Formats: sequence, C-alpha cells, structure tokens
Amino acid sequence: MAGTALRGRLSWAQARVVELLDETEQVRSIVLEVPGWPGHRAGQHVDVRLTAEDGYQAQRSYSIASAPEDVDVVLTVERLDDGEVSPYLAGELRVGDELELRGPIGGYFVWEYTLGGPLLLVGGGSGIVPLRAMLRHHSAVRSSVPVRLLYSARTLGGVIYRDELERLGGGLIDVRITLTREHPDGWQGHTGRIDRSWLADASWPPEGRSLTYVCGPTGLVESVATALVELGHEPARIKTERFGPT
Amino acid sequence: MSALDGNAIAGTLRDVFGSEMTTVAGACAHCGATHQLAEQTVYLRGPGTVVRCRSCEGIVMVLVEIRGCTCVDLRGMAGFHA
Repeated sequence: MAGTALRGRLSWAQARVVELLDETEQVRSIVLEVPGWPGHRAGQHVDVRLTAEDGYQAQRSYSIASAPEDVDVVLTVERLDDGEVSPYLAGELRVGDELELRGPIGGYFVWEYTLGGPLLLVGGGSGIVPLRAMLRHHSAVRSSVPVRLLYSARTLGGVIYRDELERLGGGLIDVRITLTREHPDGWQGHTGRIDRSWLADASWPPEGRSLTYVCGPTGLVESVATALVELGHEPARIKTERFGPT
Repeated sequence: MSALDGNAIAGTLRDVFGSEMTTVAGACAHCGATHQLAEQTVYLRGPGTVVRCRSCEGIVMVLVEIRGCTCVDLRGMAGFHA
C-alpha cells in the first residue's frame, strides 16, 4: 500500500470487521483486518470515515488499542448517545462490515520501549485506549521499564479492559484505579478524581526523569499536567492527548 | 465548546502538509512562544478548525474545507522548526 501512496500522503483503506468485543455497557472494541497495514507505534491513531447512502461523510479520529506486535488492528470506541459516528461504530456495526480508515497517524503521543522510562500513564475514561496499546507493547517486547498506570473511571463497571489490567498488574506494571462516581462495598482501590495529592504519592520522583503520558477528557488532562509540573516534573517529558465529544 | 489539542487533527495536517506534523514546532506570530502542533489548542466544532497558541490563545492556524479542498490560513504562525 505504501508503494502506491502519493509522496507522504495517506490513502484511505478498506478494513474488515473480524470481531466485536463488548468492553463495558458503553464501550466496544472493533477488531479489524486491514490489508497492507504498514504497522504502527503504540499511541498512534487512525481516522475513520463513514459515508451515508446520500454521500454525506463523517470522519473521526480513534486511538489504536492494539500493540504494534498484535496481528489485528483494534479500535475501542465509546458510544456517545448524541454522537454522530460512535453510535454506529459501537452499536450497529457487525462482523464482516467494512470501514474506511487511514493511518497510522500521529507521532507525538507515542511510546516505544527505546524511549525508556520509568513510565507514568494517566488515563481517564476511554483515555485508557492508547495507554493500553503502550502496556501491550511493553509486555510484548518484555520491556524492563517500570510502569505505573493511574486510571480514573466513574464506576467499576465502566473500567475498560478490566480483566486485562488485572492480569497485567503486578511485577513491573503497577495498576492503580480510582472510581469517581460510585464504588462497590469493600472496594480497596482509590476513590475520587486524580488530584494533586494522589499524583504526589503515585508519580515517580521527578529527579528520576520519568516519562508521562496523560490521555482523557480535556479537564482531566489539564489538571493532571498542571499538577505534575507543579510537583517538579519536566513539562517536555509530559505528553498529553485530549479528547472530547466531536 | 470543549478545546482539544493538535493530536485531534493529525490526519488532516498529514493530508495537507504531506508529512507527520504534530511533532513539528511552530512559533506563534502573536507572542513568539514555540509549541509542537500536538500541544496547541484546537477547536473542531466551528465552521472550520481553529488552532490557538497554547501560551497566548492567539489564532495560529485556521483550516477550512471547501468542496474537497482544504484551505489553510497560517498568518498567525511565524515559522516551523522541524
């Protein structure tokens, strides 16, 4: 595919849905077979384009949830009930359907094992998606970089990739989840938003020059990045990606 | 209206400029601050896409798609540094 592309340009490719996985009530993973996929780096995204029968087109950007080492390309999409694209992707799409996509895109919010660490990953809601690609990449290459994941979800049922995160936790990957809206009786994890005091406790010491990736709704990203800078972390080593309903 | 960042327009920028642009640093023509495009503030919901300087909120780039062509206004950008 790269051979037929214009210089540096991305072409739209047809991807086929090979599997659909419900991650939570609102969130679904779409496993895609993309002929000629050139490979990607953990943290990159793709643009998805939908065309209606009357020719109307809508385009959205989604983070890639799979690691570069995984066979298929996986997108994880949260259904926003007033959204234009996500109700289709996370609701009506069926195995065997085709989607138009272009990518991989982006070079900023990317982690590869060669970049080292220690790594602090901070995610809110579906902001976990690109961080999950990084965690899978970390495991696939058996990286020796210590990782801490701070993940904020409203409820336990809203924790995306919950089983996988439980499996990954321990050893080099320290997974810490906070529930902001409600938590079950006996919940041992954190509660409330990711705030400065939790970050002071859970982030790596700034002198260790950790590398941080923060992805989530704009408000969460800005408050976390600001707090980390106030705690002495180098702004250039804090990478941010904001998402919102579009 | 919720502001995003330059990661959200990585595909459009790649399409317009022909290479990966989010890691390219641009200097704001209003205040002189330099930020990577991924870090700039982006508003997607207007009739076009507006990119504002993370430091001064001045407009550094506007992208509007008209009949399949993307028009780019770069008057707010003093220059790019690869």
